[in-house]
Amino acid sequence: MRAYAIAIYLFLYAPIALIVLFSFNSGLSASDFRGFSIAWYGKVAGNRFVLEAVTHSLIVAAASATLATLFGTMAALALQRVTGWLRAVFDGLTYVAIMVPGIVIGIATLIALVTAFDIVNDLLLAIWPADDPGAVPQLALGYGSIIAAHTLFSLALVIVLVRARIAGMDRSLVEAATDLYATPWGTFRQVTLPLILPAVVAGFLLSFTFSFDDFVIAFFVAGSKTTLPIYVFASIRRGVTPEINAIGTVVLLVSLLLLFSAQILLRRGAKPTRAT
Amino acid sequence: MAKAATSDDSAKRRRRWTALLLAPAGLWFLALLVMPLAVVVVFSLGERAPAGGYAPALSLANYLNLPARWTAFRNTLVLAPIGTLVCLLAAYPLAYFLAVRTSPRYRLLLLILVIVPFWTSFLIRTYAWMFILGGRGLPALFEWIGFGEIRLINTPLSVLIGIVYGYLPLMVFPIFVSLERLDKRLLEAAADLGSTPWRSFRQVTLPLSAPGVITGCMLVFILLMGEYLIPQLLGGGKVFFIGNALVDLFLQSRNWPYGSAVAMSLVILMLATVTLYLRLTRRYGGRDVSLL
Repeated sequence: MRAYAIAIYLFLYAPIALIVLFSFNSGLSASDFRGFSIAWYGKVAGNRFVLEAVTHSLIVAAASATLATLFGTMAALALQRVTGWLRAVFDGLTYVAIMVPGIVIGIATLIALVTAFDIVNDLLLAIWPADDPGAVPQLALGYGSIIAAHTLFSLALVIVLVRARIAGMDRSLVEAATDLYATPWGTFRQVTLPLILPAVVAGFLLSFTFSFDDFVIAFFVAGSKTTLPIYVFASIRRGVTPEINAIGTVVLLVSLLLLFSAQILLRRGAKPTRAT
Repeated sequence: MAKAATSDDSAKRRRRWTALLLAPAGLWFLALLVMPLAVVVVFSLGERAPAGGYAPALSLANYLNLPARWTAFRNTLVLAPIGTLVCLLAAYPLAYFLAVRTSPRYRLLLLILVIVPFWTSFLIRTYAWMFILGGRGLPALFEWIGFGEIRLINTPLSVLIGIVYGYLPLMVFPIFVSLERLDKRLLEAAADLGSTPWRSFRQVTLPLSAPGVITGCMLVFILLMGEYLIPQLLGGGKVFFIGNALVDLFLQSRNWPYGSAVAMSLVILMLATVTLYLRLTRRYGGRDVSLL
């Protein structure tokens, strides 16, 4: 049984190790190893398209994770006092947002936004006080649409994480603060927030990781804003090169870093929550 | 305590706060989940505009035309259950090992090591297998050893390997949780009563881990149904899923109404699975296992 476990760990990590190993290949072809070199990293760092894609990805991930953490935490805090139909509606929407496949979210967002944009753009053309139609502002897919679509999934994720933390929280602390004449804001800042903070920060990091890694939703709604996964996907289709291995190694490293921070934060605090 | 008037006042203020806190999330869900899904439903009843896109209509023609994409449905409905089953068979012994046979000192670390790959780039991990199974990877190695020419990539087998690689962590975790909760004294009692290890496993361990097994299978199955990247990269256009048909319909042939009907049937298939899952877990008295 131990041998089986070792075999599974090998199965899980060997392909990742292979990517890292071959990113240091000095040869031109991805598949025969010629010697150690960091030339491909230099090549990646000098590739304007890669840098552009990384910038797009970082902006989208930071914006969507911030929005999702803020709105998700607010909703989770409110939901602890809500009962009845409103709570059932929010529970249902949270689970639908997590369960509906990314590809369907991508499609639905694409056609809904394109339809809405067409209507608004026609309206703008009709009412804008300018003679040159080129000067009229027009809505298009881009940062806004990717950030909005990523925020949807991350929002649901943050709500689930923070609510799990609140459920494991000692209510008597909040009651004690109220009995000692703390204002609601004071109670929140000094009692509730420190208690839920690990889940909030973990939610931010997981949202960031999700957005940074997501391919399928961005594929539909990115418009002209190529994110890093879209760039990698396009290069894979053009052919396998060690450049992709180098990008992959950096991406793996970054997501590992974020992931371990999230894990440590979720485990901090005396009371373990249901979240792992 | 406070007077009736003040408590009435504070209740009102609380309600206003609650509404304020819920508003952004509620609006987000409405604008980016409910409305887009409603648009998909409406579009699925329409017809394709001559230049691509949507023209208003009210017909079930798109749904009646679903068999035109039968291959994608068949591949998904065959490979998703098989992939789930292989994941289960591979994951159960590992989850058992971690929950029962590992000392608590290393348990957490080993568990984290299983889950970590799931949260790292899915695209890069799938690409790694393209690299391994492609012409100059394993097949070249096999040929060098003397097995003759073997083709691995762009076959159902390569898609299956990608599936197991991608989703194994997701299966291990819920099974581990249900096995760890299992009361070890039950197994001792069974042994004391003369039960063989195999019989104890079959009659005690397996039924008690059923909630974890069901949760894991459902999660993997649901994600597999909407899979796009694995069949795209490892199936190379020969083994394609519903997801690949959807990308083709929306981004290449721009047949939005028909694509919407395909997307709706995918969602309906998934909802049916979730309903079945809820029925099953209720029967086994399972609690839901949080995954995150």
